[in-house]
Amino acid sequence: MSSFVAQAQQSRWARIKGSNLVYDFMHNPVAIVSFIIFATIVIATMFSPLIAPFDPYDPTQYDIMDSELPPSWELAGDSKFLLGTDAQGRDLWSAILYGTRVSILIGICAVALQAFLGISIGLIAGYIGGRVDSLLMRLADIQLSFSTLMVAIIFLAVTQAMFGTEAFNRYALYMLIGVIGIAEWPQYARTVRATVLAEKKKEYVDAARALGFGPLRIMLRHILPNSISPIFVISTVQVANAIISEASLSFLGLGMPVSQPSLGSLISSGFDYIFSGSWWITAIPGIVLVVLVLVINLLGDWLRDVLNPKLYKG
Amino acid sequence: MFAYLVKRLFQAAAVMFVISLISFAIQDNLGDPLRELVGMSVSEETRDELREELGLNDSFIVQYMRFAGKALHGDLGTSYFFKEPALDVILKKLPATLELVLGASVIIIGLSIPLGVYTAIRPNSILSKAIMGISIIGISIPVFLTAILMIFLFAVDLRWLPSYGRGDTVHLFGSWATNFGSWDGLRHIIMPSIALASIMLPLFIRLIRSEMMETLQSEYVRYAWAKGLSPWRIWFVHALKNTLLPVITVGGVQIGTMVAYTILTETVFQWPGMGFMFLEAVNRVDTPLIVAYLIVVGFIFVVTNTIVDLIYGLVNPTVKLARMGA
Repeated sequence: MSSFVAQAQQSRWARIKGSNLVYDFMHNPVAIVSFIIFATIVIATMFSPLIAPFDPYDPTQYDIMDSELPPSWELAGDSKFLLGTDAQGRDLWSAILYGTRVSILIGICAVALQAFLGISIGLIAGYIGGRVDSLLMRLADIQLSFSTLMVAIIFLAVTQAMFGTEAFNRYALYMLIGVIGIAEWPQYARTVRATVLAEKKKEYVDAARALGFGPLRIMLRHILPNSISPIFVISTVQVANAIISEASLSFLGLGMPVSQPSLGSLISSGFDYIFSGSWWITAIPGIVLVVLVLVINLLGDWLRDVLNPKLYKG
Repeated sequence: MFAYLVKRLFQAAAVMFVISLISFAIQDNLGDPLRELVGMSVSEETRDELREELGLNDSFIVQYMRFAGKALHGDLGTSYFFKEPALDVILKKLPATLELVLGASVIIIGLSIPLGVYTAIRPNSILSKAIMGISIIGISIPVFLTAILMIFLFAVDLRWLPSYGRGDTVHLFGSWATNFGSWDGLRHIIMPSIALASIMLPLFIRLIRSEMMETLQSEYVRYAWAKGLSPWRIWFVHALKNTLLPVITVGGVQIGTMVAYTILTETVFQWPGMGFMFLEAVNRVDTPLIVAYLIVVGFIFVVTNTIVDLIYGLVNPTVKLARMGA
C-alpha cells in the first residue's frame, strides 16, 4: 500500500519525467535534435517582430534599389541583409521569419479545425451507430478519396476567379485554414470511431451509464481519453502535411499574397529569378520549409514508434 | 459480387451527380455569359431578350437539366479564350498529362516494390536505413520544390536537360502526341516524371515495407519456411501477393492526389497539359473551360476509383464475403 501513497505524492512534473515517453526521448538522439530544431524555429518565429531587423509588411522599410542582393557572405552581398534581399528589395531574413510564422500558424490552426471536426464526427458516428454511422463513414470514404490538395486547388481557384484577387488576398489566411481544415477530418473521424466501437461495450462505460452520466460526458471524459495517443500521432503528421499543402497552394498563387508572404509565396516569388542566377530567394525559404517539415515528420515517426506497440513489435 | 458491383456503380453515379451540380453552380455564378457573347455595347432591351432566349431566366433546376443533358452528349460549352468547344481543348491537352502520369507511375512501381521488399527483408542493413532516411526526406520536400531544385541543378547549372515544355512530340494514331517517340521528347519528360514521382515514391516504399514486415510474421509464411521453400519464392510469390492488397487501395486513394500534383508539376515545368491549362483558365476566368476541366477530371477520377475498388473486390475474397451481403 505504501508504494501507492508515495506515487500519489509525486508531483506532476516528476511523473512526466518518469514516463516511458520521456525516457525514450532522452535515449533517442534523432528525436532530441529534431525537437531542439523545431522548438528553435517556433520560438524564433513567435518573437519574429523582436528578432527581425526589418518589418516585411511595411513597404516604407524596403527600397527597390536594394533588390536581388545576394546573402552577406557572397562577394556582392551587403552586411545589412544577412540572407540577401528579394526582387522587391525586402530583407530575406525578416521575410523568412515572418513567413515561417504564417506557415506554422496556418498549419496548427488547420489541424486544430480538422481535429475538432474529426473527433466530433467520430464520436457521434461510433456512439450512435446504425444509419448515422454508415452515412458519416461513407462520407468520410468519399472525402478521403478526393485529396485535400485537389479540393483546395479547385475551391481556391474558383473563389479567386469569382471575387477577384484583391478581395481574395484579404481573406487568404482564413480560407487556407478553412479549406485545409475541412478537407482532412476523416483521418481523425476514423481513428476516434474505431476507439469508440472498441470501448463502448466495456464495463466501465456501462458503469458510467448506470451512474447516470449523460452521453456527452461519457464520450468526452470516459471514451475519448483512450484515443489520445493515436490523435497525437496523427496530429504531428497532419501539421507537416498542412504546411506542405499551404506552401503548394501559395506557390500556385492560390494562397498568401506576396505582400504578406508565407514560405510558399516566398519560394514562388523567387522562382521567376532562378534563371537569372538569384538562387537564394528560392533556395533559402525552401531549405527552411524542408527542415521544418522534416523535423515534424521525424518527431511524428518517433511518437508513432513509442506510442503504438503494434508497430513497435514489427 | 453482382450486388457489390451495382452498389459501387450507384455510388459512382452519385459522386458524379454531385460533381456536376457543383460544376453547374460554378458556371451559374462565375462570369457573365452575355458579356462574353455581345460585349458591353448592347442596349438593355436586347440584353433582356437575349437572356430570355438563352434561358438564363429559367429556374435553377430547369437550367441544370439543360446543362446535364448537354454534358451527357459531350457538349460542355465553348471556351471563351480558345473559341473552341471546351471538351476539345481539354482532350487535346489530355495526352500530355496522361504521359506525365504514366512516366511517374513507371518510376513509382518500378522502384517502390524492390526497395520496399528489400527494406522489409533486411530492416537493419545500412542500405535499408539509408533508403528509409532518404524516403522521409522525400516526403518532407514538396513536389514543386523538388521540381525547382532539379531545374536549378540539371537545367540552369549543368545544362543537361531542358527546363520547360514538351519538346519534339511524335504523333501516334493521328491525334495523340507522344513524348516517347523521340530522343528530344524523352529528354523533356524525364524531369517532370521524376518530380511527380518524388512525393509518392517514399509513401509507397514505406507502405510496402510495413505491410511486408507484417506479412512476413504471419503463420503461413512461417509454414512456407518450414516446408523449406526457397527464400525468393517465399518473398516474391507468397508474401508479396498479400502485401499488394492494401497497396492497391492506397493507390486508388492517391489518384486524386496525383491529379493535384500534376497541376503543380505542370506549372513548374510549363508542361502543356490539363493542369497547366486549368490554372490559365482560372486566371482568364474562362468559365466553360474551368467547368469542363472539373467534369473531365471528376469523371476520370470516379472511373479509376470504381475500377480500383472492383479489382480489390475481385482479388480479395474477404472483402467479397464481408460486402456481398451488405
